[in-house]
Amino acid sequence: MVDFNRFTLANGLKVLVHEDPTTPMAVLNILYDVGARDEEHNKTGFAHLFEHLMFGGSVNIPSYDEPLQRVGGENNAFTSNDITNYYITLPATNIETAFWLESDRMLSLAFSEKSLDTQRNVVMEEFKQRYLNQPYGDVWLKLRPLAYKTHPYQWATIGQDLAQIENAKMEDVKAFFKKHYNPQNAVLVVGGNVKTEEVKKLAEKWFEPIPAGDKYTRNLPKELPQTEARTLTVTANVPLNAIYIAFKMPARIDATYQTYDLMSDILSQGQSSRLYNSLLKEQQLFSDINAYLSSSLDEGLFVVEGKLVTGIDKEVAEKAIWEELNKLTTDLVSDDELTKVKNKSESIMVFAEMNLLDKAMNLAYYELLGDAATLNTEIDKYLAVTAAQIKEVATTTFVKEKSSTLYYLANA
Amino acid sequence: MLNRTLAPASKQVNDINFIAPTKQQLANGIQVFTVNVGQQELVRIEFIFENVNYNQNKPLQAVTVNSLINNGTKTLSAKEIAEKVDYYGAFLQTEYGADQTTITLFSLNKHLVAVLPIVKSILNESVFPQQELDIFIQNQKQKLQVNLQKNDFIARKTFANTIFGDTAYGSDISMADYDALKRDDLLTYFKAAFKPANCTIIAAGKFEAKEFDLLNQFFGQEWENNEPSTVNELTYAPVEGGEIYIEKADAVQSAIRMGNLSINRKHQDFPALQILNCLLGGYFGSRLMANIREDKGYTYGIGSGIASLKDAGYFFIATEVGTEVCANALQEIEKEINILKTELVGEEELDLVRNFMLGSMLGSLENAFSHADKFKNIYFSGLDYDYYSKYIHTVKTISAEELKAIANTYLNWNAMTRVVVGKK
Repeated sequence: MVDFNRFTLANGLKVLVHEDPTTPMAVLNILYDVGARDEEHNKTGFAHLFEHLMFGGSVNIPSYDEPLQRVGGENNAFTSNDITNYYITLPATNIETAFWLESDRMLSLAFSEKSLDTQRNVVMEEFKQRYLNQPYGDVWLKLRPLAYKTHPYQWATIGQDLAQIENAKMEDVKAFFKKHYNPQNAVLVVGGNVKTEEVKKLAEKWFEPIPAGDKYTRNLPKELPQTEARTLTVTANVPLNAIYIAFKMPARIDATYQTYDLMSDILSQGQSSRLYNSLLKEQQLFSDINAYLSSSLDEGLFVVEGKLVTGIDKEVAEKAIWEELNKLTTDLVSDDELTKVKNKSESIMVFAEMNLLDKAMNLAYYELLGDAATLNTEIDKYLAVTAAQIKEVATTTFVKEKSSTLYYLANA
Repeated sequence: MLNRTLAPASKQVNDINFIAPTKQQLANGIQVFTVNVGQQELVRIEFIFENVNYNQNKPLQAVTVNSLINNGTKTLSAKEIAEKVDYYGAFLQTEYGADQTTITLFSLNKHLVAVLPIVKSILNESVFPQQELDIFIQNQKQKLQVNLQKNDFIARKTFANTIFGDTAYGSDISMADYDALKRDDLLTYFKAAFKPANCTIIAAGKFEAKEFDLLNQFFGQEWENNEPSTVNELTYAPVEGGEIYIEKADAVQSAIRMGNLSINRKHQDFPALQILNCLLGGYFGSRLMANIREDKGYTYGIGSGIASLKDAGYFFIATEVGTEVCANALQEIEKEINILKTELVGEEELDLVRNFMLGSMLGSLENAFSHADKFKNIYFSGLDYDYYSKYIHTVKTISAEELKAIANTYLNWNAMTRVVVGKK
């Protein structure tokens, strides 16, 4: 159970407070409702590049990191296709420093050319390190445009290519800030050894004077229903053949989300899972096999991926994956198997309460989904899933015509 | 009117409270250290075994036993073990470290009585089925093939092998080492290592008398394993520094890993060296990050560290940089090391590092698990909580002159093994 209090400032900023007196630390987490899906077609990778620029100094404070480290704090951030999330942990006695720094960069950035120049380079090196200089590193750069034809999920958070990052201009940076970095487009969560009254005073002092700005209304191109199987074959300098199959699934907020999540657990959570036992241990077709969800805020992906044992024919391996998926469409999962994945979900949620930052991030994310209170009732949705529901979503999802398959093959 | 240019008042961290574990013993003498704090009804129990009988001709014995220990016992198949553990929402992790092997159980309290017998079976009567070993060998070889295409993997492996040779800390694992694995060797290793005399248990979470009684019930008697063993004790010859360049024609980035043998936690200079390391490359605002990432944009990240092992310590710097700026990056790293040896660190920077390290220490004591981890650090180095008092005192009081002296004692570019994998 993650308790919290909630209030909204006059400029529209939502604030949640989680009091945890067992720790001497505090966390300030701010989620901006902007991700790579909000980028323009030829300016991809921008939300993430922008996240880097948020550390390049703000209108009144030349350095973001230095004053925070000076009071014993640490920070980081991440960008996804849906959101950009910034967080600070620091000794609770110094919580006001976090308010000072975080509010100033919501007010306005320094927009320094030097910072833009440097971070363009840093992000290009990140692109190389994670996507180009790794075996299989560019899989998602290939799989996304195969699965999505109109929705901006067709590009990865890092962007489509290095050139678009290289071409980012200061005017783009300023426009992006004005459009997305407004109080009413953010959720602030403060947690740890703090009191709600104190947080309220600090929020009013530091955040409330920030102008509300214009409300961004999201209007993204809708993906048309997929009606034919898509395939792409890539060869690269990798040692093993690999297969990636992506199916469309409903948005995170859909009532069937938990059913999909448990279904992916049945297929691939741990060493008792179906794909691991059948395809890796018994048939020995794969040396590595997984199923997981993209958990996207718009229509998402259910992905099955595996690396083939050397010498195994890719048609044989692919057929074996489909046999496992088809079983879910024809047979009900047993009570024990369903109980098992439910118990595991329950455990994961209890263990997540051990970590203050996780609690704060989860509150912010569930508030974005609609209501932070649903974090505490999420487990009930998992416990209510039935075997018949799993069979039903498997039947609507695991259809060849709705699949996108990437064969990532070793150079001969 | 709010003045946003002025930083709010702040305080240096003063009180850092460590929760020392309670020491108890099972009926058979196994020492149990317990950190009983927290609201959640859950526990983490670690069964820790010293690595023993190292044989450089069979470098994969210990790590393979650790990986396959939950893959079949006299009474349970691999699948049954996994199903039971998962059914009770528990997590069973096996971790091979340079000095110890750890079997960790995460469980809700309500399921502990159901999952402990599974752990008992694993620790007492694992059988290492040939079929499971064959699958393991096949899949690990495939993983190694993939890893060998990663420049940072090759850099790490080459660096470790160069400074530690073919010891447990440095062995350069090849495909042939996997092919040479024999089931009988695994059984022999298992019987020698997994026995009460070689076991320490560390429990954290809501761990009270009831939980201790359960532990005693399942693990307090004699175990099945009782072969003799000798705990690994490593010796190695110091190596001369120098550059090792492994060219990869199609690289777009080069992985750099450099460093040398150094001191470990047992040495009195260790806290001071940690502060020096923090300045150089131990946090986001460090000199290496400020120069090579934030000023030059050569890399996504660069860092340095000191690893404390039982019989050794080593210092290292690691990064991945664009191939076209690799030579420049190396120059800048050398420059930063030399500045630490020749110039005094300014009071403002030193203050920042003091505060950062104290805040970081405070933040690392979040819950029962982290208090247990802090205990492990000192316990397995043969130290007590005085170590942390001294560490905190050193962070608060070390002078710029002392840091310069530490830099001159422990950092020497020419003595470093400098591995570059990629292009330059």
